Amino acid sequence: METENKLIRRDALEKLFSQWLAEGKRILAPKKCGDKIDFAPVQTLDEVSLDQVQTVQSPKTAVFPRVEELFSFKSMDGRVQIRERDNDALPETVIFGLRPCDAAAFASLAAIFTWDCPDSLFSARLGKMTIVGLACARADEYCFCTAVGGGPGATQGSDVLLTKVSGDEYLAEILTAKGRSVAQAGAGLFKAATAETKESHLAKVEPAFALDKITPALAAWFDDAAFWEEQSRRCLGCGACAYVCPTCACFDIQDEGGVSGKRLRCWDSCGFSLFTLHTSGHNPRPLQSQRWRQRLMHKFAYMPERQQVLGCVGCGRCSRACPVDMNILEHLRAIAEAKP
Amino acid sequence: MSAADVFKPFLMKIEQVTEETPDVKTLRLVFADDHEGKDFNFRTGQFGEYSVFGEGECTLCIASPPTRKDYIECTFRKAGRVTQALANLEPGETVGFRGPYGNIFPIQEWEKKNLLFIAGGIALPPMRSVIWNVLDLRDCYKDITIVYGARTVSDLVYKRELEEWGLRSDVKLITTVDPGGETADWKSEIGFVPAVLDKTALSSRNTVAVVCGPPVMIKFTFPVLAKLGFAPENIFTTLENRMKCGVGKCGRCNVGKYFVCKDGPVFTFAQLQEMPQEY
Repeated sequence: METENKLIRRDALEKLFSQWLAEGKRILAPKKCGDKIDFAPVQTLDEVSLDQVQTVQSPKTAVFPRVEELFSFKSMDGRVQIRERDNDALPETVIFGLRPCDAAAFASLAAIFTWDCPDSLFSARLGKMTIVGLACARADEYCFCTAVGGGPGATQGSDVLLTKVSGDEYLAEILTAKGRSVAQAGAGLFKAATAETKESHLAKVEPAFALDKITPALAAWFDDAAFWEEQSRRCLGCGACAYVCPTCACFDIQDEGGVSGKRLRCWDSCGFSLFTLHTSGHNPRPLQSQRWRQRLMHKFAYMPERQQVLGCVGCGRCSRACPVDMNILEHLRAIAEAKP
Repeated sequence: MSAADVFKPFLMKIEQVTEETPDVKTLRLVFADDHEGKDFNFRTGQFGEYSVFGEGECTLCIASPPTRKDYIECTFRKAGRVTQALANLEPGETVGFRGPYGNIFPIQEWEKKNLLFIAGGIALPPMRSVIWNVLDLRDCYKDITIVYGARTVSDLVYKRELEEWGLRSDVKLITTVDPGGETADWKSEIGFVPAVLDKTALSSRNTVAVVCGPPVMIKFTFPVLAKLGFAPENIFTTLENRMKCGVGKCGRCNVGKYFVCKDGPVFTFAQLQEMPQEY
């Protein structure tokens, strides 16, 4: 679809919010919750926090909640009844104000969930979601979107991308059919764009490493146990990086509630020592260094080869969240620059 | 199957429970819904996710052959939460099954060849499916040799079937137990599987070997097979990494870039040589 540029003022955006709510849509947007800013349901634009570099949690919860019910069951006298979810009952959602890196992450998630066979729950949630991104006017030292194919004003993944071009005016790029529906439904609210372009309003993010060197370098380092030991010496295996990551999708399946309960899908992490532990006690990745290697290999080698998409969008959350200050940038630079 | 259903299990009724050893059981399962049963097909080597509702799922091979269509069987050691719960169930009770998943033993490619099956301990179940499959199509294959070992006599599974295979003139069965695991009346071999295999001095000519066992047995069996002249592409095994989804999404069974659940569980030794040791 050809991109169409429009302008929308803040007061018109407020009206758009009311309109979405009137249509029965749920709006998720960055919101101050205690001392954190995270995606939460909002009613008005005033509730939305727009100036932070990033939220703490990624918006993946909108399509891949921390815990979700796959189905429920009821057991009686040795017989079992399964009650399937009604995916049609999932709410239509507008996710508003997410950064271009986060919008791009949905492609990585979709690749994981649907590369080989459908995942109806994931696809239903994504299908019911309209993504209104907000370009970045600021970045911090952890951001590296430009090294992994994105950018502060990148449009990939967004249905509409907003860029603040003056005190209360936003350039709105209408990017997809869903984006066009937003523009059409709010026809009186969008104005025709002038020659306004977004470039001068975007953060500057210098490419932090050469991506084309990473995958071959990872393969070359693979068997160097000492290298990975050095890389992961600080890692606690806490999984914080995976939990804040917008593309990490490893999950566990657990039952809860006894014989009449639910089967749940819950977040998991390749960094946990129990992740690959066999019942016999054997563990194919017994060392934290092997688990750290797996994390990087999965995102920068296996996914590009198997699913033709990177497992990283450069949001920098893993580095911000790490309790022992492991900065993925330093690790990737070391991988790309040092000669195995 | 609608897209909605990838995690929704079939409901299966337990038809029969067999106690193989003090801590190993075999369950025979039939589809609670006849139509689902009629539409269900699998091929030897494939696996599934078996569940006890309220306890969770566990990954087990389908231990019965596809040539016997009215049921599937699984054999497991009571080890974790789900296998403990499975072991407590009785005929008539209901379990869940998702599958079949994964690739297959390419038994059509093995026609007119000799087959050598080597298994250790609780790893006989995945091989039992393929053994019965080729025995049910016996004319398609030449010599069939089975080498099976366990720690002790009591740890040998499928004792009734071992007896049956031992009596067949068209099967050569060699059973062994680890030194110290024998009983007073044990008449077969005593020794570790690789050593017993070495002693057989079997020919590798026109022969395919299938190896299933604990990692340590596999590790010491490959060199013996190499010594006997088996090419790596003629040695097959099935890997058993931990899984949750079985369909390439949950992220834990991978060996390098390969998913055991999608690209396996059956791999040749030639493939394993190209893969990292993450199994």
